Amino acid sequence: MGAIAEGLHRVLALDRELWRIVALSLEVSLSAVLIATTLGLPLGAALAVKRFAGRRAVIVVLNALMGLPPVVVGLLIYLLLSRAGPLGELGLLFTPGAMVIAQSVLILPIVAALARQALEDAWREYEEQLRSLGARELDAAFTLIWDARFSLVTAVLAGLGRAAAEVGAVMIVGGNIDGVTRVMTTAIALETSKGDLPLALGLGFVLIALVLLINAAAQLVKEAAQRRFG
Amino acid sequence: MSAAILPLALDNVSYASNGQAIIRGVSLAIEAGPATIILGANGAGKSVLMRLMHGLLAPSAGRVRWSEPDPASLRRRQAMVFQRPVMLRRSALANVVYALKIANIAASERQALALAALDEVGLRHLAHRPARVLSGGEQQRLALARAWALHPEVLFLDEPTANLDPGAAREIETVIKAFDAAGTKIVMATHNLGQARRLGDEVIYLHGGRVIERAPIEQFFARPASAEAAAFMKGELPWV
Repeated sequence: MGAIAEGLHRVLALDRELWRIVALSLEVSLSAVLIATTLGLPLGAALAVKRFAGRRAVIVVLNALMGLPPVVVGLLIYLLLSRAGPLGELGLLFTPGAMVIAQSVLILPIVAALARQALEDAWREYEEQLRSLGARELDAAFTLIWDARFSLVTAVLAGLGRAAAEVGAVMIVGGNIDGVTRVMTTAIALETSKGDLPLALGLGFVLIALVLLINAAAQLVKEAAQRRFG
Repeated sequence: MSAAILPLALDNVSYASNGQAIIRGVSLAIEAGPATIILGANGAGKSVLMRLMHGLLAPSAGRVRWSEPDPASLRRRQAMVFQRPVMLRRSALANVVYALKIANIAASERQALALAALDEVGLRHLAHRPARVLSGGEQQRLALARAWALHPEVLFLDEPTANLDPGAAREIETVIKAFDAAGTKIVMATHNLGQARRLGDEVIYLHGGRVIERAPIEQFFARPASAEAAAFMKGELPWV
């Protein structure tokens, strides 16, 4: 208990530096969630509505990709962005941009696969009605996304949780550079390896509190909206 | 708008699902005019037959032919109301507006047309209520408003009052009569004989996926030509 109290105390004493780390963590993970959601929801909707050869295989692969190891994603993005790599020209390696890319790749399958499941359930209910009204597949896909918006919150939150919690990908492509690419998870890993366990623990609690706060807020909004719209 | 989409002709239409024959070689013509009731016991194939006509299912064999060859035009000139209405997660008004939008009605006209349709079914006062919190009867009337706004030439109804209490069912029947009076061809599946009599002009009696009998409503109830129809009515009205 003493270590936890000391850790929280040390974390709060960090003030300026700490908040920079927290802010960068949120910036990177929320940007990745935004990108993964923008791409993942339409992808999930397309898989829910469209019937094509190989659809089941695509779904199996997508579900499997939910378990992508962050270090492997980090490594692949590292190879793409490194000086000698195909995207080396961009000079993105060891920048927050590279971290956003890696986390987007990591959570896109999570958002898309969970969205596909929720939207397929909705499609089962809506299909006849929408087809009867004359909705084309594209209309139907966007109608489903809008109508299942409360269920989709869960898919997006799962993506956010994964992005905020992972350390392997941002460590490799970001490099944990103090003041540039250091985020909460890489800071925790660093402090742990340095043996400063109270500070690592304190940072850990801040991270958990943040994720809890975001989830609670999303849940409240979702419930209020659900009561309102049925 | 081009010539009428009716008559609709079914040409030796069969439908099977998982090797189970549901509709077996049905040939019939649906003409503009009389309200047609598709009558039959549960499992006779009423719902499937209507979905084949409406184009939600493709026949396993045979052909469904409308007079209008363009599928897009055909789609927007017919409507269907299901046993369990599917409401979009938005207001009652927005549900009707959505149908108009899908049917390519100009944005400037949608609101007025949708409000007029809500008026027609007596839901104007609930226009801004979320559709999914409406009662079952109100939802079904909203489904009718969604159809009304499009002024369809043909309206398919699949047991529209099966889940409703008698009061709500009566309100639905009133709206269906208004469709009929406005010149929309009614094709309705039901196993409720009273309702068939109140709303129908002719009966198609379905049994085991086959059309057993087709007759004007009064004749059908007074002297059913087939033993199956007679037995069905005896079962439904055991006191007769």
